[in-house]
Amino acid sequence: MGRQGRAAYGGAVRVSLLITCVVDVVAPDVAEAAVRLLRAGGCEVTCNLDQTCCGQPAWNAGFAEDAARVARTTLDALEADLDAGADAVVVPAGSCATMVRVFWPELFEVVGDHGAAARARRVGEHTRELTQLLADRADRLPPLRLARPTTVALHASCHMLRELRIVDQPGALAGAIDGCEVADWDGADRCCGFGGTFSVKLPEASVAMADEKLRALAASDPVADELVGCDTSCLLHLQARADATGRALRTRHLAEVLAEGLPADRDGGGAPP
Amino acid sequence: MTGHQLDGTTLRQRTAAAVTDERLRANVTRAVDRFAGHRLTGLAELGHEPAVPGEPGGADGLRRAARAAKQQVLADLPELLERFADRVLARGGHVCWAPTAADARRYIVEVVEAAGATRVAKSKSMATEEIDLNPALEAAGKEVVETDLGEWIIQLAGETPSHIIAPALHRDRHQIRELFVDTAAAPPDLGTEPAELVRFARGRLREVFLAAEVGITGANIAVAETGSIVLVTNEGNGRLVTALPRVHVAVLGMERLAADWAQADLLLALLARSATGQRLSSYTSVVTGTRAAGEADGPDELHVVILDNGRSDLLAGEHHEMLGCIRCGACLNVCPVYRQTGGHAYGWVYPGPMGAVLTPLLAGEEHPEAAEVAGASTLCGACMDACPVQIPLQDLLLSLRRAKAADAGRAERAAWRAWSAAWSDARRYGATTRVATWGRWAAGLAGHLPVGRGWATGRAVPRPAAERFRDRWRAGS
Repeated sequence: MGRQGRAAYGGAVRVSLLITCVVDVVAPDVAEAAVRLLRAGGCEVTCNLDQTCCGQPAWNAGFAEDAARVARTTLDALEADLDAGADAVVVPAGSCATMVRVFWPELFEVVGDHGAAARARRVGEHTRELTQLLADRADRLPPLRLARPTTVALHASCHMLRELRIVDQPGALAGAIDGCEVADWDGADRCCGFGGTFSVKLPEASVAMADEKLRALAASDPVADELVGCDTSCLLHLQARADATGRALRTRHLAEVLAEGLPADRDGGGAPP
Repeated sequence: MTGHQLDGTTLRQRTAAAVTDERLRANVTRAVDRFAGHRLTGLAELGHEPAVPGEPGGADGLRRAARAAKQQVLADLPELLERFADRVLARGGHVCWAPTAADARRYIVEVVEAAGATRVAKSKSMATEEIDLNPALEAAGKEVVETDLGEWIIQLAGETPSHIIAPALHRDRHQIRELFVDTAAAPPDLGTEPAELVRFARGRLREVFLAAEVGITGANIAVAETGSIVLVTNEGNGRLVTALPRVHVAVLGMERLAADWAQADLLLALLARSATGQRLSSYTSVVTGTRAAGEADGPDELHVVILDNGRSDLLAGEHHEMLGCIRCGACLNVCPVYRQTGGHAYGWVYPGPMGAVLTPLLAGEEHPEAAEVAGASTLCGACMDACPVQIPLQDLLLSLRRAKAADAGRAERAAWRAWSAAWSDARRYGATTRVATWGRWAAGLAGHLPVGRGWATGRAVPRPAAERFRDRWRAGS
């Protein structure tokens, strides 16, 4: 594993993209933006389409066997990429990155699959949330500039903040874009109320939590043009609540904002080479 | 809405009702933000010099030390309890080992009867809430008055506590004034200024302290080294309840031990700061034995009820770390769910994240519905960051959810199995997530879950993209 010398992922690296099911089905632009950014930052991107989902919904609901069954498929795909020479797995979602890094080993241990737990530990050590990897490679990214300036309110999603302890990277990346202002707002690090199956099991409480976030957003300083985060599921939840209540809200993944700022000549496109 | 409603209502019904009460949400949010802010200020004062070189300093160092201390206490619990009980007996007290809530209630009612007492003054105690003590005393014809201001307020209102350290935090001062006028014969011209409300309550409660023959308290910490009970209050009611009445009964959750005063000091430093941001609560009262010759006050008779009520089972099981809880309320104050619902929606005595763990564990046997309370969390992790003894609340909740899933109905299990069968294979995943089939497949699965239409409650349903990312990727290659 000579490639482990690149553990900080500051050098030229090959990365394997874990798309995540939500991004794959509902927000493919996010993955495309992630690929463009990674390429612009000097990464070679692979994407093993044998992957499906990280298993988090079932894990959080208590159905460990079903979670493990699904997670094993994605573990196999990511491990195959690492075996084929990828230096890192990159995930455009804080909660799925947490699932892989933190909860996969526990999940496989719980269901008694110690072999998978050991393999999951290795994959987890090589897994990075997208903005964490991009921040490590910030000096390799071209200067980012938005033709249409924007003011963003950043939502700090829970697992990314409290499990992965990724605190400053999203703000640093957004703040470095020419034409992007980062607004202050109350409760930026408070849960949006999604919580996977929580959102359907206790929908009234979940919606009340979303409402408080949306009220705080309206009072951001300066007033934000859009809500930006690193977990599509949180953004979808808040967008769905805003849409149902007639509030105007624009949500974007941070990768989409960053990718919009790429200069045309350094934009390698989001499709495979 | 009051507590103790695990039977007959669902968690969803209770939370749904709570969030429609805008005044409740405003009161709870205001209170928890104040507590949480004070906590951060209080912990920040602790500085950052590590006690042990190489270990983390400041609050995190103390939290780590406190966790280790509590884990050691739990490992040594039988021995520490024996030592504590011996010291209590040596100082003239009585000890009751109560395996169940019913045993504790029976003993306490007997003590009150034997004392020939009719009037009982209580200091705030979650353990006595847990064993439902007041109704038992009232059934025996005793007059029971709560002397903690918040507890007195909810007693007047016929409610249970909505927060473990601030039982009436769901009520604002206007509601409290109305309650005093309606139920406590307060003068109609009573104002709504807190000082005025407190003056009224103090006058009324002073009579209770002076008249009561028996005082009942909980115990924040019991120190095995000296057989002492430590009571933490901000109103001094703990001191009055233990100093004035002839008989003192302390109800001690059996895990609330400290081996010695060094441990007690560590826990007290974190308890007050984590709860309210105070360095020490206004009154930290220590009761060691009965009134000795030459002492001016204290009880002639002291009874310590050591309450098990499911704790031995908890200690022997995989969730034993929950017994490290020091009842500071910090997890409630940072919980994004609690701030929307308040405490009554959790359905039993203990609310918030600690309650979501403790309710299934302590009430689950009697009330199988308690298992669903572990669902009252988004697993956001804020509680774990706030816990002064670093209890892995999220991991405990996940474990409780797994236990509940094992008992899930056939339809719910079948839905998850169908999902995992499909998504454990990329081709089947591909088939189920095609735009044309996705909606039908997802709706079919959701139809098997008890929560089928949950998402559509106040939310628009997101549409799948015209083309999945994997299609784009494949097309590009």
